[in-house]
Amino acid sequence: MITTPQITGYLSEHYAADANHTLAGYERAGGFKAVKKALKMKPADVADLVKESGLRGRGGAGFVAGLKWTFMPEKSDRMKVLVCNADESEPGSFKDRLIMERGPFAILEGILIAAWATGAEKTFIYVRGEYALPIERLRAAVDEMRAQGYLGTKLFGKKGFDHEIVVHSGAGAYICGEETGLLESLEGKKGQPRKKPPFPAQYGAFGLPTTVNNVETFAHVPYIVDRGVEWFRGFGTERSPGTTLFGVSGHVERPGLFELPLGTPLRELIEHAGGCRGGRAIKAVIPGGVSMPVLPPSDLDVGMADELLTERGTHLGTGGIMVMDETTCMVRAACVISYFFRDESCGQCTQCREGTGWINKICRRIEAGRGSDDDLALLDSVPAMMEGGTICAFADAAAWPIQGLMRHFRADFEAHVREQKCPFPESFEL
Amino acid sequence: MQPETRQKIEALFEQYPEKRGALLPAIYLVQAEQGWVSAEQAEALAELFDLKPIDVWEVLTFYNMFYTSPQGRHHVYVCTNLPCSLRGARGLLKQIEAHLGIRAGQTTEDGRVTLGHEECLGSCGTAPVLRVDGRYCENVDAQEARRLVDALE
Ligand SMILES: Cc1cc2nc3c(=O)[nH]c(=O)nc-3n(C[C@H](O)[C@H](O)[C@H](O)COP(=O)(O)O)c2cc1C
Ligand code: SF4
Repeated sequence: MITTPQITGYLSEHYAADANHTLAGYERAGGFKAVKKALKMKPADVADLVKESGLRGRGGAGFVAGLKWTFMPEKSDRMKVLVCNADESEPGSFKDRLIMERGPFAILEGILIAAWATGAEKTFIYVRGEYALPIERLRAAVDEMRAQGYLGTKLFGKKGFDHEIVVHSGAGAYICGEETGLLESLEGKKGQPRKKPPFPAQYGAFGLPTTVNNVETFAHVPYIVDRGVEWFRGFGTERSPGTTLFGVSGHVERPGLFELPLGTPLRELIEHAGGCRGGRAIKAVIPGGVSMPVLPPSDLDVGMADELLTERGTHLGTGGIMVMDETTCMVRAACVISYFFRDESCGQCTQCREGTGWINKICRRIEAGRGSDDDLALLDSVPAMMEGGTICAFADAAAWPIQGLMRHFRADFEAHVREQKCPFPESFEL
Repeated sequence: MQPETRQKIEALFEQYPEKRGALLPAIYLVQAEQGWVSAEQAEALAELFDLKPIDVWEVLTFYNMFYTSPQGRHHVYVCTNLPCSLRGARGLLKQIEAHLGIRAGQTTEDGRVTLGHEECLGSCGTAPVLRVDGRYCENVDAQEARRLVDALE
């Protein structure tokens, strides 16, 4: 079990301390100062401050958090709500879990600040069902806050500032990470994403005005409010300020989490993780969770910020980096990735439901030594047909990794078809 | 549905703007009674939530963590997504299959263990990972896997 990142920053500096997940421990380390400071400001000014800081959502899409908050209707005769997206299921991502286990109160304080800024009276934290310990930690933290009077009514002595937090467990479905799939699931239904518009700010959880943010996004907020915009912008790039908890997994010597500024070179992150295992050469790196297109070793100099990764045809996603060494068969990687998407498609859109199944079938056929040139052509055309035009971005997320593999590692696929077998006997087992 | 389960479920209603929001937590509570949810239990849930049985059934079958058939006394799941596979998870799963004499998705004849594979568990930094009765077991090798499985009663 990871208890602290291998490199810590402002988010994680106290994670190693035993008491950091208790209210007393968090307050000893300066906790709940920021919310008190925010309460002395006008709600709109708090949203502005967070907008100015440039904090981008850490759930994958990278939307400017403070801007999203301003989409909430100012006046509403219906209750406004926040949703904390703790469904973390993107393969290669394991940061939100640590934040919940070791630093739950920063999330909860961030939620209170967002509640003040948006006028929300209730928050649902939707945690993936497999995350037993994070759920336990969050529930304990919420109970402690309630006992301390930090939840309920007239919080921190502020008249009219009332808030409640419910920790809600999901039940094992990747698509519930997509924000409208999550909302459906929260309502006790199948987690099938909704057509947008209407967006959650107009019609969200239970039809109420809703803002959805990721766990890590909320966790940055108290530090920004406490220490200021300029301080926050001292980390990261102009367009992507702040740090993030990068995850490095796969074929490295010391997999784990590293809190470093956005924009940190990919090569540096891999070196922090001890480099490629066994002194082998790197063949490929997925930079941001399995949905993001793969990069070849010639791209390791790229800075890990979305605007920089976009120039190389990929995205930051959740910052979950997967390293594959020279023994790795890219068709096997495609088999694993495409199986996942086939399994998790919610089935509402034809091109997603059928496309994910086809891609997996073709990849398996090629790996088994029964692929043809027609199959290669299908791997070019099917992903392109899936992109755009679906109810949610899952179909894009399923198409992109295959497109990335075909762009950079077409030779692997061709060799399978030519030799009618897998030419990588040393590769990881399928 | 046992009366205590019903009480626990009713206590959840007020947390949600609409009663139906409590359906997933309610299914967990019902499932805890015998480890899976029967058609009768689903109907009782539907009644409690003012829903049609099909509404409950389609939710039950949408999510991986709800079971609509009897399960082993213990659950062993191996993550087989890419980060775990890169670190040998599929070989590990095959060894456990051989050790238990069943395939993933099956239950041992004595009803002791249900074995399965799962998608990413969010433990990529400590791969490969197993989920044994809901508990994460990280950095598991073949020897450790065998020890974990054998320790289940
Ligand atoms: C298929 C799919 C899965 C997603 N999974 C997650 C997830 O597990 N956690 C998360 O925070 N966001 C996830 N997202 C992004 C959310 O839809 C949403 O953009 C995010 O929660 C907003 O929070 P943020 O702006 O703070 O990042 C997913 C999106 C898609 C399309
Ligand atoms: S794109 Fe796929 S996952 Fe998203 S709504 Fe359509 S079928 Fe469901």
